[in-house]
Amino acid sequence: MTSRRGSADERRDRMRVRIEESVLPPLVALAIAAVVGDVLILIFGQSPGEVYRQLLEGTWGNAYGFGQVIYKATTLTFTGLAVAIGIRAGLFNIGAEGQLASGGFLAALVGLALPAGTPGIIAILLCLVAAAAGGGVVGAIPGALKARFGASEVIVTIMLNFIVLALLNYIVAAHVHVAETLHTPEIRAGSMPRLGDVSARFAGSAANTTFLFALVAAVGVWWYLFRTRQGYELRAVGLQPDAAEYGGVRVGSVWAKAMIVSGALAGLGGVNYVLGYKHYYEEGFGTGSGFLGIAVALVGRNHPVGVVIAALLFATLSQGGLAVNALVPKQMVDVLTAVVIIAVATSVPEVRRALASARRARGTGGREPDSAPSEGLISNPGPSSQFPVTDSGS
Amino acid sequence: MIAFLVQTLRIAVPYLFAAAGGIVSERAGIIALTLEGFMLTGAFCAALGSYYSGSAWVGIVAGLAGGLVAALLHALATIRYRADQVVVGIAMNLLAVGVTRFFLRLAFDSSSNSPRVPGFGGTDVDSAVLASLANPLVWLGIITMAVVAWLLYRTPFGLRVRAAGEKPEAAVSVGVPVKRVRWLAVAVSGMCAALAGAYLALDQHQFTDGMTAGRGFIALAAVIFGKWDPKRVTVACVLFAAAETMQIRLQSLQIVPSQFVEMIPYLLTIVALAGVVGRAAQPAALGKAVD
Repeated sequence: MTSRRGSADERRDRMRVRIEESVLPPLVALAIAAVVGDVLILIFGQSPGEVYRQLLEGTWGNAYGFGQVIYKATTLTFTGLAVAIGIRAGLFNIGAEGQLASGGFLAALVGLALPAGTPGIIAILLCLVAAAAGGGVVGAIPGALKARFGASEVIVTIMLNFIVLALLNYIVAAHVHVAETLHTPEIRAGSMPRLGDVSARFAGSAANTTFLFALVAAVGVWWYLFRTRQGYELRAVGLQPDAAEYGGVRVGSVWAKAMIVSGALAGLGGVNYVLGYKHYYEEGFGTGSGFLGIAVALVGRNHPVGVVIAALLFATLSQGGLAVNALVPKQMVDVLTAVVIIAVATSVPEVRRALASARRARGTGGREPDSAPSEGLISNPGPSSQFPVTDSGS
Repeated sequence: MIAFLVQTLRIAVPYLFAAAGGIVSERAGIIALTLEGFMLTGAFCAALGSYYSGSAWVGIVAGLAGGLVAALLHALATIRYRADQVVVGIAMNLLAVGVTRFFLRLAFDSSSNSPRVPGFGGTDVDSAVLASLANPLVWLGIITMAVVAWLLYRTPFGLRVRAAGEKPEAAVSVGVPVKRVRWLAVAVSGMCAALAGAYLALDQHQFTDGMTAGRGFIALAAVIFGKWDPKRVTVACVLFAAAETMQIRLQSLQIVPSQFVEMIPYLLTIVALAGVVGRAAQPAALGKAVD
């Protein structure tokens, strides 16, 4: 009886450690960002309390603002999941920007090619497949180059962003744009219902049913990562590529697969704009969402639940910037976003060290920092294994 | 022909500055994803300094200071706190965009550009050739790369930089202060990239939002394509600049769509990384933190 109680205690202890290590860094980062925000607001001669009040009111305080938050969070959930799944495999996908655009473009092409009367479900499914394929192909390139030549996926994805965007700009400008604009004609089939069609309170906001697909994608990623053999291999490769290789996992093929899935997820994000909002592909429609996906994955600690929450957070910031633009420049939120990223990246190892020494001082469960990689599923054990790309190896 | 060469040179100058900084940073083991952000910061601070002082020279100093501050922040996070270099690098670029926009609104109440600031060359000189020759930053850009080559291969500091980027543990064990060397290298890269930005702002006599337009990444592409070697990187910078010049000159003829010319540096970099034209071997400890 006592032994069972003991193991339950132990499990609860481990759970608490995990939760502390995964939740504290984002909280510390938000506190730092709030201070920086205060300073910026004061520099601009406004009252921080008033600005934050308007920021909340303009986002969660009314249906339109909330709809905009949902819309932005939808795209960010997709790009955040894309980055997170890459990091789980030990890869840094900075190419979500290009994958998103490519997915949106192919979805628009399919929507254009379908006859007007195509049943909604079939059209939407075909467009989704196209979007995933568009992003997946772009993701496959760095994956294959990494697996085959060991080429740094960080550099390849960055360079591919420029290449893909230039290529899409060319195709749109030269072949499929509406005169005098930078966008394609409207799709004939495959558009997603807007929330405004369901409830008049959301009228005017861009929120649409794509957010349901984003939630499905988050659940799907969770299932894939934590309940399938492939997901297990992917995480094993992310934590210890050499050990995984030794254990019989083909690391190169896992990398290639992970990048395809990652790219496909980012590509699906394009659906939100193309099928859900404007119904056409436009040059630069998702600019910044790919990079924000990195912030989302980081703050969400690479866990699907965390990603959804972090996507809502950054969507709130982004929409909130517009809500307070009359008081302070909306660019303030860009600064805060960057501060959050830097602070999280910096505080993850610091918080872990501080927690460990606090526990040692109390004499309870003194887990060394950077220990047992197998424990680091939610909160990875250290910066080195969270981003093995830049493994400190020391 | 001379016009073509001069135009190529003018486009190449910011690449030379930023790539020189990129070489120093990467050879010391710190990934140079931040060149774009340092450049933008430098451009904004240069415009600010030049505007308020009325002197382009003060603008250069202000630009240098701005780049240095940004670089020190990057060094603090990645070297002192061992934060992931790629994550912080991306964030530094976002930060530069946000900060410059915020202070553009604050200082000039504009969301797109600063007013006209004193710069080099410009209205009183008609010929682009003369304007370029009169611009001290053009000369400095050419010299900088040579200085970096000398620094890397002919000085104790250069030796330490290379040790920090190749075998930091070994360097530490023989008493090289690897962390301090990396701090210095990042500071140098920040200032070099800031000069690239200052060149853009002072050449165009104003700061415009996002005016670096990916040039920092082209410089990074040049560093990788040039295999982290100053001579080859110089060739890469000039090559990329010549391609752009060609595209600008042939625009009216519509032979090759401009978007394809834009892709050249990026495509070549990927090809180089894939080892098609000789393997591009990066510094062994690039991106790795040191205790």
